[in-house]
Amino acid sequence: MTEYTTVVGLEVHAELKTKSKAFCSCSTAFGSEPNTHVCPVCLGMPGALPVMNKEVVEFALRFGLAVNCDIQKYSKYDRKNYFYPDLSKNYQISQLYQPICLGGHLDIQVDGKTKRIGITRIHMEEDAGKLVHSGATISTSDSSAVDYNRAGVPLIEIVSEPDMRNATEARAYMEKLKSYLEYTDVCDCKMQEGSLRCDANISVMPEGAKEFGTRAEIKNLNSFRALERAIDYEVQRQIELIEDGGHVVQETRTWDDAQGMTFSMRSKEEAHDYRYFPEPDLVPIILDDAWIERSRKSLPELPDARKARLMKDKGLQEYDAELIVSSKKMANYFDAAAAESTDAKGVANWMLGDVSAYLNNEGVEIDKFPISPKHLGEMVNLINKGVLSSKLAKKVFAEMLKADKAPAALVKELGLEQVSDTGALQAMVDEVVAANPQSVADFKAGKDRAVGFLVGQIMKKSRGKANPSMVNEMIVKKLKE
Amino acid sequence: MELYRGTIHELHEKLVKKEISSVELTNNVYDRIAAVEDKVKAYITLDKENALAQAAKVDEKIAKGETIKPLAGIPGAIKDNISTKGLKTTCASHMLENFIPIYDAHVIENLRKDDTIFLGKTNMDEFAMGSTTETSYMQVTHNPWNLDRVPGGSSGGSAAAIAAGETIWALGSDTGGSIRQPASFNGCVGIKPTYGRVSRYGCVAFASSLDQIGPITRDVTDAALVLNNICGLDPHDSTSLPAEVPDFTKALRQDVKGLKIGIPKEYYGDGIDAKVKEQIHLAIEKYKELGAEIVDISLPHTEYAVITYYIIAPAEASANLARFDGVRYGYRNKQATSAPEMTTASRTEGFGAEVRRRIMLGTYVLSSGYYDAYYNKAMQIRTLIRNDFTEAFKKCDVLLTPTSPVVAYPVDGKMDPLTIYMLDVTTIPVNMAGLPGISIPCGFADGMPVGMQLIGKVLDEETILRAAYTFEQATEFHKQVAALGGK
Amino acid sequence: MKVTVKDVKHIANLSRLTVSEHEIEKFTEQFNQILDYADILQKVDTTGIEPTPYVLPLSNVLREDVAVQGVSHEEALKNAPEVHNGGFKVPRVLE
Repeated sequence: MTEYTTVVGLEVHAELKTKSKAFCSCSTAFGSEPNTHVCPVCLGMPGALPVMNKEVVEFALRFGLAVNCDIQKYSKYDRKNYFYPDLSKNYQISQLYQPICLGGHLDIQVDGKTKRIGITRIHMEEDAGKLVHSGATISTSDSSAVDYNRAGVPLIEIVSEPDMRNATEARAYMEKLKSYLEYTDVCDCKMQEGSLRCDANISVMPEGAKEFGTRAEIKNLNSFRALERAIDYEVQRQIELIEDGGHVVQETRTWDDAQGMTFSMRSKEEAHDYRYFPEPDLVPIILDDAWIERSRKSLPELPDARKARLMKDKGLQEYDAELIVSSKKMANYFDAAAAESTDAKGVANWMLGDVSAYLNNEGVEIDKFPISPKHLGEMVNLINKGVLSSKLAKKVFAEMLKADKAPAALVKELGLEQVSDTGALQAMVDEVVAANPQSVADFKAGKDRAVGFLVGQIMKKSRGKANPSMVNEMIVKKLKE
Repeated sequence: MELYRGTIHELHEKLVKKEISSVELTNNVYDRIAAVEDKVKAYITLDKENALAQAAKVDEKIAKGETIKPLAGIPGAIKDNISTKGLKTTCASHMLENFIPIYDAHVIENLRKDDTIFLGKTNMDEFAMGSTTETSYMQVTHNPWNLDRVPGGSSGGSAAAIAAGETIWALGSDTGGSIRQPASFNGCVGIKPTYGRVSRYGCVAFASSLDQIGPITRDVTDAALVLNNICGLDPHDSTSLPAEVPDFTKALRQDVKGLKIGIPKEYYGDGIDAKVKEQIHLAIEKYKELGAEIVDISLPHTEYAVITYYIIAPAEASANLARFDGVRYGYRNKQATSAPEMTTASRTEGFGAEVRRRIMLGTYVLSSGYYDAYYNKAMQIRTLIRNDFTEAFKKCDVLLTPTSPVVAYPVDGKMDPLTIYMLDVTTIPVNMAGLPGISIPCGFADGMPVGMQLIGKVLDEETILRAAYTFEQATEFHKQVAALGGK
Repeated sequence: MKVTVKDVKHIANLSRLTVSEHEIEKFTEQFNQILDYADILQKVDTTGIEPTPYVLPLSNVLREDVAVQGVSHEEALKNAPEVHNGGFKVPRVLE
């Protein structure tokens, strides 16, 4: 049976979080009443002309530097011509021939290994308006209403090399890209609001083949999960098609999340002929070394660098560090919590365990997490000092979720202080051993689990407060007597 | 002399001296319009109420003793592809027949600041595509020198209004000669400034890298006064030059001694009408008399200019006119049941044949497989044309050519498009190179005005104004008045 | 003949225009006239010549990132052929 290699390339559009649009001074604010952030320029009125937003260039430059791109000192704009009601000029101002960035890369972690994903190019362009359909979907509507608030919002398009080989790698790349967009503060990355969009180019080829197969472009991927599912589905579809003797057609397909399938979007028209030509209403962007250096110097600590620092300074494992830095807010929370505690690894464990579980359940981000980083750090300290057992810490954690009180105070309030006093413990040990002669006999017969049983008894008796490791040691000693 | 025949500078004097009022002047021009407009048909829209209200405001200022700018209270006409807020702007097209702009063009804002009066919007070739004003959806304009003849185009309405006494000054736009050629056909002055001198914001785009707005006036002094107002950096236009705007009236000296006037031989070939050539040669003699030095020049790539233009301009136009799709404004076919059908029907019904022809030509030269052979090649040849001028200007200060190979020809001459395109041979190269060019009257042939073109270096409007002014003051052509005969 | 009637119809479609049956022959002829004339361009040696997309020596014309109110909602819709819920109404978007 033929084995197939999957080839995936991703085209990501990120809306830049500038205050004003790319080519006019209208606000980019999301969610306003239709056609309230518009002007002659973004409405495509006769005689209107575009003027470039400086911040868009700054953001594109900054992000390009962050992902190791070769910054093009000379770049210019082109018109991409096609007709669609959400495109107010029926051409989009984009950059085809000379984009601002070429040749970058991002490293992803898959199965404990690092893989480098190439970035072919990054260019600036403008977003289109929004169509509100009269029916449930575009195909069941007999009319639509166009809102141009979004028309002209600045975008960067990030095109990857076809370096990904499965859905997991694609997702890892998207998550990495998202973290870089966040750290450079150029995009708010809200896929549900459409500020981060992803199209996937997917093809398959027989393992070992020299040439890639024909690719299909998949659109309408609204989450990372959808991306993964779509890749898996599409790969399967293509393989089945080929095995049945068919050919994969180069086309655009849309992902239907409800049905879990891709469908062809091919219209009766032939493939788009965009008739790109240089935009005569705008002049070239020329970046000099000074500008590029200034931008490079202004870069914050980026995810991979931050990860390396946490591994080095705080002794975190790569896998854990990668997860912590994937979100800037997570990383900042970690820094604050670890500042309170001497045990960075402990903090990391709590964050990747109980904290993440809470965030996932509630569907919120860490900035909405009820426990302050200071208190989390303090709690970890209490555990390490032996004041609080890890098991009872879960109770304290649950209390702090309800009201962010200092853990030390809660331990006292709830009477959860761990008992580590030898005298007190010895008394309990003697008592329990005396009350369980069968266990003693079992132990002497070689059944070590008798120890566990007796430890359990003491934990019950002390309501979890006895120091389990000390108890264990003392029981074994007693039994051996 | 009737007020409506006056110049800006003469009438400004009269206003300041309180010999006349702006209301009186404005009414005088409107009366003239009422008398002759049915013959000339220069205007698409008249805005009398607002014009008189504005005139009254200016009279108030004068009464209070306030200083007024040269254009204050002086009525002018605006070509109908320049956006005037609240006043219908049609581009002489069915597509925009009822379109009312929601903003003023930059030049209109500037002119309002100087308290000028807008009489109305003038006729033109549809979307500025044409050389006769015959492609207008609304009406055909007639040349006041002979009503059976075309006024030229695409700013035919503005130029005819000047010649007919239906305005004191006017604005036109020029992409391949559309200010200069109608000026020459109507015996008046027309200047296309250096590309980037005048903001294009609010000028409905035809070919973005070629379009410029400019004045059409009775004499060179008036052209300088209008230029003073409309030139200058506009932050709304990325292709607007930051160059300082001099006071162009200071260039108006009678002095061409030692001025090196280049005569490019390619502009004097067989394609130029013999009688037109004769007038131009007389003008050259005049310049010699006045002390100028004549230099022989060659601009070897001239023969490629027309076709290069007819590749670049339609290409840009095809994209610029894509916005007319019946969605946000303009004509919409309401029977269509799908958006693509609606857009196609609206555009087909809304645009005239010449516009559709040029859009399709533009689409073709940009389409996949043809970009290199046509558009890219044309852009390379454009570089060569510009280089020709750069070389030429090492040997001379200005270039002198006929503005047009012919004088105004009969309306509905049924010429095929390519023949009409070729008549732009003398004006097109100036737009291709982005240089300033002025046309002034220099004679007559068959009773029709002949125009002479002076081409200057980049940003050197001052030298061509000086050369034009000197010739004008040494001759009487600018004082001739159209008889509104013919028919 | 550089372009056929079929080619002209394709171009018209790309331009969102239709050319009527009685215009199409003439259009095609005029098209060919112009394109045949364009052949003279191939005679010009343009090796090493940079194309001129920009007549001006300008670059970096940039604007500060400040949001300003554009036109009012009413002005934006002033010339709209049809309006629905504050948006520009169009018939069904797919063919």
